[in-house]
Amino acid sequence: MKQLSVPHLLGIKNLKREDLELIYETADHFKEVINRPIKKVPSLRDITIANLFFENSTRTKLSFELAEKRLSADVINFSASQSSVKKGETLIDTVNNILSMKVDMIVMRHPNVGAAKFLSQHVDARIINAGDGTHEHPTQAILDTYSIREALGNVTGKNVVIIGDVLHSRVALSNIYALKLLGAKVKVCGPPSLIPKHITSLGIEVEYNLEKALQWCDVANILRVQHERMDVKYFPSTREYTQLFGVNMHLLSKLDKKIVIMHPGPINRGVEITSDVADSEHSIILNQVENGVATRMAIVYLLAQQIKRE
Amino acid sequence: MFSKEVIDSMSNKILLGSKEIDIILHRLSCQLIENHGDFSNTVLIGIQPRGIAVLTRLQTILENENKLTNLAVGRLDITFYRDDFRRREEPLQANTTSIDIILENKRVVLIDDVLFTGRSIRAALTAIESYGRPSDIELLVLIDRRFSRNLPIQPTYLGKQVDAVNNERVQVEWHKDNSKNTIYLIQKNN
Repeated sequence: MKQLSVPHLLGIKNLKREDLELIYETADHFKEVINRPIKKVPSLRDITIANLFFENSTRTKLSFELAEKRLSADVINFSASQSSVKKGETLIDTVNNILSMKVDMIVMRHPNVGAAKFLSQHVDARIINAGDGTHEHPTQAILDTYSIREALGNVTGKNVVIIGDVLHSRVALSNIYALKLLGAKVKVCGPPSLIPKHITSLGIEVEYNLEKALQWCDVANILRVQHERMDVKYFPSTREYTQLFGVNMHLLSKLDKKIVIMHPGPINRGVEITSDVADSEHSIILNQVENGVATRMAIVYLLAQQIKRE
Repeated sequence: MFSKEVIDSMSNKILLGSKEIDIILHRLSCQLIENHGDFSNTVLIGIQPRGIAVLTRLQTILENENKLTNLAVGRLDITFYRDDFRRREEPLQANTTSIDIILENKRVVLIDDVLFTGRSIRAALTAIESYGRPSDIELLVLIDRRFSRNLPIQPTYLGKQVDAVNNERVQVEWHKDNSKNTIYLIQKNN
């Protein structure tokens, strides 16, 4: 009988390979569940989950909420824009107030790095990190690797290139940890100003030539340019970025093989990826969204399993 | 499944041998045919994990000996519907569910090996709702442990009734070679 080795999901860095495999295996079962005529199971009917989003989110928030509801958990939602955070309340006070309403699990997105870890040390609830600043976004990495496993059968030994704004991307860091844990080979590709200085210390390579990177890879995970996190200009113009690092059909047609195209969303069509690529048969972008619900169900289920009944 | 050593280490007795099991399976097949005719509107659903072995053997008899073709069968996992989630020491692990048919207005026969407290069947009844509203649901079990039910659930078709006390366990051992199939009543040592 297997169990996750961690009490919270703070980042991929804390996980073992067996944890990822257990999540995939459980997600397989939930994927079957969400394709049934009635897509709901009663497992978590006595668990209450708070989704705390201190930063904007559409996909992740919806995906978590749907996953929790499909497991029959009670769900409360909280957005910083409508809350007392604006009135000066601290994170711990906000969360303790919510916890006194008897909440068992917290899904949190926060603009500050380490917010989820901080919370896990100070409050008595299971914490799932739904993105902390530019640090980690573990559930995205889990759904991405799950989608690669589904598309190619296996992640081990596959060549994966992460293209774009790696510097500001929590998706990139979590993906690198997860892919390395599973034995994939990883490269990052993007303008030098958007590639962190010591990224090769994670055991990956940097490739500045998009065409070469695409020729090398089995999977290309294309990241969004995060203008909202850019305090200075990292490249001269969006047009120049698109010309050098935008993935288009012309580039794909020059390859001697078919590669898998991924994007964590939201897509800036015509910037990092053209519409014809995003909507092509190469793309598994919408599968990623479906797998997001199944993998998040698995994560919530496995963590809830550890909450002992009093 | 218990290994042979574990079974030997516990005092146990054989409830049914392979020949008796075979006779029972044939009788259950005949009873199913009596009620379901050509099975055109019937779906046989084995409950994971141990009901699958019973389902497979019944299916073989129905197809090979009674020449019934196009039997609709499925496998149902009830892990996510159990009422002891978070109440057990050990985590629950799911099995595969494969039901490719909508069960709306179908006649469903749930199949399991041992009926004990009835809680698994309760979970299966909830789980089956996810596939539509069957016109009726019946229950077939190989062994019915009498007087041990926690819920008002009774089998429609049963192989053999057994009286067992709480520290005893009924264990069905299936083998590739059907002549070795055995059902034990195991006395737990602790």
